[in-house]
Order: sequence, then C-alpha cells, then structure tokens
Amino acid sequence: MRGLAQSYREALARLRVQALLDPDSFSEWVDPAQRVTSPHLAALEAPVSFDDGVIVGQGLLYAHPVILIAQEGQFNGGAVGEVHGAKIRGALLRAVRDKPSAVLLCIDSGGVRLHEANAGLIAISEIMRALFAVQEAGIPVIALIGGTCGAFGGMGIVARLCDVIIISEEGRIGLSGPEVIETVKGVEEFDSRDRALVWRITGGKIRRTLGEATLLVDDDIAAFSAAAGEEVGARPRFFKKRRLTPAISLQTLQAAQQQLSARAELDAEIRDGQVLWSRMGLGDQVSLMSPEQFNRRLEALES
Amino acid sequence: METLHLDLPAIQDASLNPRAALYGVVSSGNLEVLVERGHDATRCVFEVQTAAHGFVEVWKAVLTDFAARHPVGGLSFAIHDAGATPAVVSLRLDQAFQSLRGA
Repeated sequence: MRGLAQSYREALARLRVQALLDPDSFSEWVDPAQRVTSPHLAALEAPVSFDDGVIVGQGLLYAHPVILIAQEGQFNGGAVGEVHGAKIRGALLRAVRDKPSAVLLCIDSGGVRLHEANAGLIAISEIMRALFAVQEAGIPVIALIGGTCGAFGGMGIVARLCDVIIISEEGRIGLSGPEVIETVKGVEEFDSRDRALVWRITGGKIRRTLGEATLLVDDDIAAFSAAAGEEVGARPRFFKKRRLTPAISLQTLQAAQQQLSARAELDAEIRDGQVLWSRMGLGDQVSLMSPEQFNRRLEALES
Repeated sequence: METLHLDLPAIQDASLNPRAALYGVVSSGNLEVLVERGHDATRCVFEVQTAAHGFVEVWKAVLTDFAARHPVGGLSFAIHDAGATPAVVSLRLDQAFQSLRGA
C-alpha cells in the first residue's frame, strides 16, 4: 500500500482509508451493506448513498490502533446530514470508550447538507460536543485535509477544534466558501473563479502560515499517513510538535482572544497570502516551495 | 427516483468469494455499486435506484449485456445512480467485477 505516490486529492474516500492504514487492518462500522441511508434525501427523491457519504471504523496506523472517519467529498460535496453526522459522532464517542491512540478525521466537506437543514446543523453541534469529549479523554484528534471540497462551513469549525491539522497545499479551510462570499458580497469582494486567489486565502500554505494548520504535506496519501504516524508516536518526528488547541482554560481562551484581536488589527493591506509572505521575507518563492522546504522556513521564522 | 429490479440467468464462477463491497460514488453522472452474495448460483440480481426517469429499457440492455459477459451467477448488485451514461454504468460494473476477482 505504501509504495508509489497516490494523490490524496484525486482518491475516493474508500481508497484513502485503505491506503492510509496498515494493509487489511480496517474494519468498518455501519458498513454499506447495512444500508443506513438518508431518510431526508429519500423524501426529496434525491439519490442516496449506501454509506451516506462517510466511512467510519477502526484500524491500525503503523501498528497503532486508531479510529478513522473519512468523508466522501464527491457525494453531495461531503455535506453533513443526519445519518452522516450520527456516524461521525458515534465513532468519536466510541473513541472515548475504546481509547485508541488517536482519531483520524479525514474532512472533505462543504459543511451542512442543506437538504437536511436543521438535522444537519444539529449533527454538526453533536460532532463538536463529541470531539471535545474525545479530547477530554486525552485522545488526540488529527484532521487530514486534502480533498477537493476542503473543510468549510460547520466542518471548517470542526477542523479548527482538532488537536492537529495535516493539510496539503491543495487542501483548504474556511467558513463561508468563496462562491458563497461572492454571491453575498459581490465579485469585487472575492472572485471565486480566481483559483490562485482562492488558494492564497483558504489553501494549505496560508493556513499553515497563520498557524491554523500544523503541518503541510505533499498531495500523497502516504505523506498524510506518515505525518499522522508521527503524531501517534509511531514514527520519529520530522518537525517540531505543534498543537492547535491547548488545554482549554480561562488563560488559554484569553490568549487566543488576544491573538485574534491582534490579527483583526493587522494592516488592512494584507488581504492576500502573497502580501503576508512578502512581509515575512518569503517573497514570491512560496508557491515554488515543496512542503518540506515550506515547513522548514516557517519553523525557522517561528523559532 | 425510479427503481428497477432485474433477475437474470448467469453462470457462476465458484472461485469468487464475494465479500460485500462498494464501488464508485453517487455524484453527478456517476453511480455506486454494492456487490453482495445472492441466493441463487444460477441467477444474478440487480436492484437499481436511478435519478433519471424513463430509461428502464436502456438499463435492461446494459445489465443484460454485463450479466452475459461475466460469470456473475450467485451475485447481487445494488446500484444508486445519479444519471450515469450507459458507458459509465458498464465501466463501473466491470470495475466492480474485476475488483471482486482481484480480492
């Protein structure tokens, strides 16, 4: 499984699951043969999927037991409906009971499934609460983001609650997606068809620069797997350990608030990753840097 | 949504050991295929749910062709379709069968 480079972005969720974990180690819960599909989509006469667009189960990552959750971005944009959300929540709560080395959360989602409205919104809040329970139990939640849908809407928030975010340059994190912003605020505000601009604002490199992702990796399933392996202590660490969420306390919340306030006061000219990078002395080389060079440069600047 | 049930005669390849497995994905112009063990070794069963109405005859032609080309006796195929073309349907079914053979 861990041989030739295989694009994480291009792969379907089932292939990602197989290639991320040790060969034949994955066992799925609520598998497709059980046909737990969306009642909301069926009521709307919309096509359903046997797994409702998410795969959950347990397996081994470099011989370490993990619980894995993988969204299928190609089914309704990886959007979270009632069944989809319940499967994620159930897998997270199972982690509290079974105490795996980590939970791997492969996010590939535009957020709530609009067909399911309130049920989808409630599902997102249930996922958040379950995620906190996992962290409270001392189990790290590792987000992997590198699919075509990125992590937007409710799943963008969920991503930022994780302990670690491993992201590819192609991966994206945000709240409202570019097309939503353009629709609401106009093309002058955000041209969603300007791909380079979209990635300089939501893409993996800018998210890592802003400290909103912990590590940049190649668009290669093996690279994601190796990075997650470092997080569970199965492989020697290549870069300094980083955590997105320190233990929640009044102090850490205040510090985070201060950081956000400082960011809001950043020079208004910084509306684009390029400006930030040139101010940091990275000039226009950023787009040419490999993930390894990029992580090294940032690590040097941050120390 | 239109549904179609088709039960066709087919020869069996006894060396196949099908575990329930899912191939493909439900997205525009695409479909997913869930392969499971059927009840009768001399028959192949198809259950199709499709978003495209009015194509029952085309489905029958594509599935009959597939069942004639491969030893699929004793298997059952459940399909969720989001408007895939006949060529894509054929391709996905072939892929599902090949993976079954490889596994």
